[in-house]
Amino acid sequence: MSGRLFGEPIARREDPRLVSGAGRYLDDLGPDALAAAFVRCPHAHARVVDIDVTDALDVDGLVALYTYEDLAADDATRVAEPLPLLIPHPALTEPRTGYPLVKDVAKHVGEPIVMVVATDRYVAEDVCERIRVEYEFLPPVVGVDAARDAARAVHDDVPDNVAAHLVQEVGDARAAIAAAPHTLELDLEIERSASMPMEGKGVYARWDAADASLRVYSSTQTTTSVRFALAAKLNIPVDRIEVIAPDVGGGFGVKIVHPWPEEVLVPWAAIRLGREVKWVEDRREHFISSAHERGQLQHIRVGFDDDGRLLGLDVEFWHDNGAYTPYGIIIPIITSTQLLGPYKPGAYRVEFHSLYTNTVIVTPYRGAGRPQAAFAMERTIDAIAANLRLDRAEVRERNFIQPHEMPYDHQLTFQDGRPLIYDSGDFPASLEKLKKLVDWEGFPAYRDAARAEGRRIGIGLACYVEGTGVGPYEGAHIRVETSGKVVVSTGLTTQGQGHETVFAQIAADELGVPLDAVSVTTGDTRRFKYAVGTFASRAAVMSGNAVALTARKVRAKALRIAADALEVDAGDLEIADGTVRVKGHPPGAAGGEIPLRTVAVLSNPLRYAFDEESKRATQFAVGDASGPPVAEDDEPGLEATDYYSPMQATFANGMHAAIVETDPETAEITILRYCVVHDCGPMINPRIVEGQIHGGVAQGVGGALYERIVYDENGQLLNASYMDFLMPYASEVPTIETDHLETPSPLNPLGIKGLGEAGVIPGSAVLASAIEDAEGIRITRMPISPSDLHHLRLDRARQEHDSTAERGAAE
Amino acid sequence: MFEYHRPTSVGDALAVLADVGADGKVLAGGQSLVPVLNMRLAAPGHLVDINRLAELAYVRTEPAGVRVGALARHAHVERDEQAYAAVPLLRRALICVAHPTIRNRGTTVGSIVHADPSGEAPAVLTLLDGEMELASVGGRRTVPAAEFFIAPLESSLRAGELAVSAYFPRPPARSGTAWREVSRRHGDYALCGVGVLITLDDDLRVAAARAAFISLGPTPVLVDLADAVAGRPFDAVDWGAAAALVRGQVEPEDDIHATAAYRRHLAGVLTARAGADAAREAAA
Amino acid sequence: MTETLHATRLVVNGVAHTLHVPARRLLADALRHDLGLTGTHLGCEHGVCGACTVLVDGEPMRSCLMFAVSADGAEITTTEGCRAPDGGLGPVQQAFTECHGLQCGFCTPGFVTTITAYLRENPLPTEAEAREAIGGNLCRCTGYQNIVKSVLRAAELVAPEAAVAPQAGGGLSEGPR
Repeated sequence: MSGRLFGEPIARREDPRLVSGAGRYLDDLGPDALAAAFVRCPHAHARVVDIDVTDALDVDGLVALYTYEDLAADDATRVAEPLPLLIPHPALTEPRTGYPLVKDVAKHVGEPIVMVVATDRYVAEDVCERIRVEYEFLPPVVGVDAARDAARAVHDDVPDNVAAHLVQEVGDARAAIAAAPHTLELDLEIERSASMPMEGKGVYARWDAADASLRVYSSTQTTTSVRFALAAKLNIPVDRIEVIAPDVGGGFGVKIVHPWPEEVLVPWAAIRLGREVKWVEDRREHFISSAHERGQLQHIRVGFDDDGRLLGLDVEFWHDNGAYTPYGIIIPIITSTQLLGPYKPGAYRVEFHSLYTNTVIVTPYRGAGRPQAAFAMERTIDAIAANLRLDRAEVRERNFIQPHEMPYDHQLTFQDGRPLIYDSGDFPASLEKLKKLVDWEGFPAYRDAARAEGRRIGIGLACYVEGTGVGPYEGAHIRVETSGKVVVSTGLTTQGQGHETVFAQIAADELGVPLDAVSVTTGDTRRFKYAVGTFASRAAVMSGNAVALTARKVRAKALRIAADALEVDAGDLEIADGTVRVKGHPPGAAGGEIPLRTVAVLSNPLRYAFDEESKRATQFAVGDASGPPVAEDDEPGLEATDYYSPMQATFANGMHAAIVETDPETAEITILRYCVVHDCGPMINPRIVEGQIHGGVAQGVGGALYERIVYDENGQLLNASYMDFLMPYASEVPTIETDHLETPSPLNPLGIKGLGEAGVIPGSAVLASAIEDAEGIRITRMPISPSDLHHLRLDRARQEHDSTAERGAAE
Repeated sequence: MFEYHRPTSVGDALAVLADVGADGKVLAGGQSLVPVLNMRLAAPGHLVDINRLAELAYVRTEPAGVRVGALARHAHVERDEQAYAAVPLLRRALICVAHPTIRNRGTTVGSIVHADPSGEAPAVLTLLDGEMELASVGGRRTVPAAEFFIAPLESSLRAGELAVSAYFPRPPARSGTAWREVSRRHGDYALCGVGVLITLDDDLRVAAARAAFISLGPTPVLVDLADAVAGRPFDAVDWGAAAALVRGQVEPEDDIHATAAYRRHLAGVLTARAGADAAREAAA
Repeated sequence: MTETLHATRLVVNGVAHTLHVPARRLLADALRHDLGLTGTHLGCEHGVCGACTVLVDGEPMRSCLMFAVSADGAEITTTEGCRAPDGGLGPVQQAFTECHGLQCGFCTPGFVTTITAYLRENPLPTEAEAREAIGGNLCRCTGYQNIVKSVLRAAELVAPEAAVAPQAGGGLSEGPR
């Protein structure tokens, strides 16, 4: 091995098994487990009057069925209690969560009412079909308007449907706007979408009655949190539960919510039945019983000067949080704070109302409120530019926080409860790179040439800042085994981000071992018990730094032990290729080096040797009788645990530009070019960084042009399938051109920033900007379809006609 | 749960179908039927799997047209060079059906019997005045396209009948055809699609012109364009007038993907585009 | 009331099996659970996502839209069957690892089989053709860009002698196979 691994686009080590069909996803486990299925409420708001299972009982293969009554009758556990409120907040004055099985009233289509356990899923669904539930319909509340109007309530004791109301302000925005030379008002809307990982949720539980221990596999983004939740709900000591995330087929946020009803009920049933139980949701279930995100109505007032500089920004928005609030108000808080982007807003006031509706819960989907924030701010900046007839890039440049102004304190509180202080970034430099990449200056000529051919094209621009690497912490454990293998564990999870590779790169670099010697485990409480989870673009920052810090500890210990063995000073030693050697000493020469695996042997003073190598550590071979074999402040083994806990988030940023073409007749929208300049600081693995950006951009394109969750006025989800919820195929996603700026973070040892969500954040903003540029029509609502654009064109034609007619009439 | 039958001859298949009547569904490609079963939206008591009926897996180009057997996959029809030479519209429309993987299994006849208002094959059959050959234990009968499609997902196939082939007549001499559609994603059901048939006279003026639309009504919508384009030289047709005529005749509906007004608009645009293509081909 | 089981012969990745399955057992479920070949995945069960795509007598088909009994007598190739004869990575799989063509890996089996079949028909695709070839499979992680690269790289690995003298445009290659 030679050279540093950090920064190398190394091929992923997890790939060979995943690509050849040897992955182990949730449904690949537990072939002998019983299968669970659920009767789910088909109505948006209904009281469960009666559950008649008579016809279901004689289905061959039925093992058990459970309703809320069964949960309530179980005194030994707490499964009859509401599911936990994960993130309380003082402004969340009316939090509500559901029960694992509907207790009295179901509040969205999809809530589980009966759990069926059977020999296989086909049979379980047969049973579900024969269960007759009688409902009393209650009037549903659907959409932000209906929630706001509050003619009806989702929860009886929350008559105005307001779960939370929060105002944050810095300075007096309203006064600043009143005094500003120019003002604008915008009304914007982003519609609901969803994470839609290719693999849905699943839980597989095994209860070992002999030692009263529970093992749960879940396709989750947080094994450690699920473990705590299950211990609480099932009344089992934490150390008797292990939770493991197997290979997970994507998460994108939806799998951070926990515990899902099924995560509680499947282990509960496994214990009661003394059998393995597994539940794997199908796609329709995922649509109606996991989580959605994005839906907001926004009202913005902005005051600015003749140069387009922001003087005051006053934002009010209404956030549809669905029927319950298990994840608190994180999304609207993120919208509120990340809306500021890379700009100095002057005075800023942001107010949000988080509203209940009889729809699926709203919890983070990649971006988690930032796409809505970027949309609000970027549309506002574009509107200012249009108003003053200034170049849109120019207006942004004028408002940027400058590099020398870092750290920049917005005097607000971020989603981690910490101050919103940007630590790094060079926004002017990023924009320069982007303008060059997309040829911003050359676009007008390109557009003119296209126009001469009868083509209609436009260019858009959008910038964002993303707080990444939020705490509270992550940790790592590293052990060098006597075989020379380096075993790394961290508690957060993986859903395709390449953690097995990037954390190995970091560990191998820090320790000086070949990459192949390193193995990495994530998301397994048997291996690491203190963690938070994978979300908010935090894994590389949090676990990456924890791995680095831990490796440094191991390295220091190795050098100390080796120094002792070689009788040199630790400062004279280095580790390369898995060998500790005296600096400058020719490799292979006697007396000047010792393999790391031997150091591992020596680190554990033995009474009993177990192989040839280990004889070296036995009591007659080593030891200084002037002290104990293991010193007071030491431990056996060449291993260490360490944690990284940040003072605050570290702020990455990105800028996107897109060129679109619209068909003058059909209003079809084609993306001709899509350019990204991204700054996540030094990149551990540039190939993985690019992959993350590509995937995010695809979701951004999806959210801008194709994807929206559609509920009718009765709360029925009209597009609960892939046929009608339009995730983009390869034909819809453009080639993505990327460039990077690397401004290191001063906040963590590796100097890195997160990027997991980066690609998606400005998608709707940049495409709205480009379409508006192509059409000359204000775009205020996303996603936009050809049908939508066609009608906007008709509206504009009508307005022009009306104003022409008025002028004519006036003359 | 369904009782599963897998006859090995057409005669056996007809006997089973006679037996199970309305409680039976034919399984050919399954690309439309199986999703419905997977989602438990339908529960036929019997499934009659005709995939063993190799004698129905043909694409036969005859002097007057192309006959497609019940078990011919879309992919087979699409790739058949003789069929393409005789009735090019078949390939042009079929390549818009979903994605190649679906077309490897789905059958053209099955798609016609399924009678989805957004199905391409029913529209091609309608445009070309094709016909369906239906068999039962009682004998065979032929149903012209104009009488075959009743309502969304409903054809005039009776309980106990098996559609054994679809016949697509060759367009007359000096004809051209074209297919255009707009869908949300590549391969999705069309928001609006049209097949156009233009026939010219010896002076290369339009002698006949018709268009068949998908996704604009409960069944394929056939519109005679003659009033707008008849008699015009093939390269001087007022396609705007054709578009207006079409817009006046179709009655689409709103759905979550597009409004009726937009679909109506598309109908006009696509008629003009497909019409111009077809006219050019007719003159070549 | 127990379900009738049907004897169903499938040759899967070259190995003959006789299963006894209910008629409604999907081919995907039979492969995954009856044969333990869990490489094929289910993402939607309505034929749209393509993660379940396997080769049936060499042609890509959605195994979630076929009953196992319907496939009686067929030769099935799953992603496991696209490995190299020695059990290592086959050329399409190798290309994916070289080009970062997968992230979570859940959709990948459907791409591997689809591309394997595609390259037999069109061994030297252009970039546009490669994108079109994968146009019927959904991926939520990669944004498709590196999958397109994987197709092109796979073409090089499958038929290196054809790649030496590349065609100028697209279309079927007439080079040696």
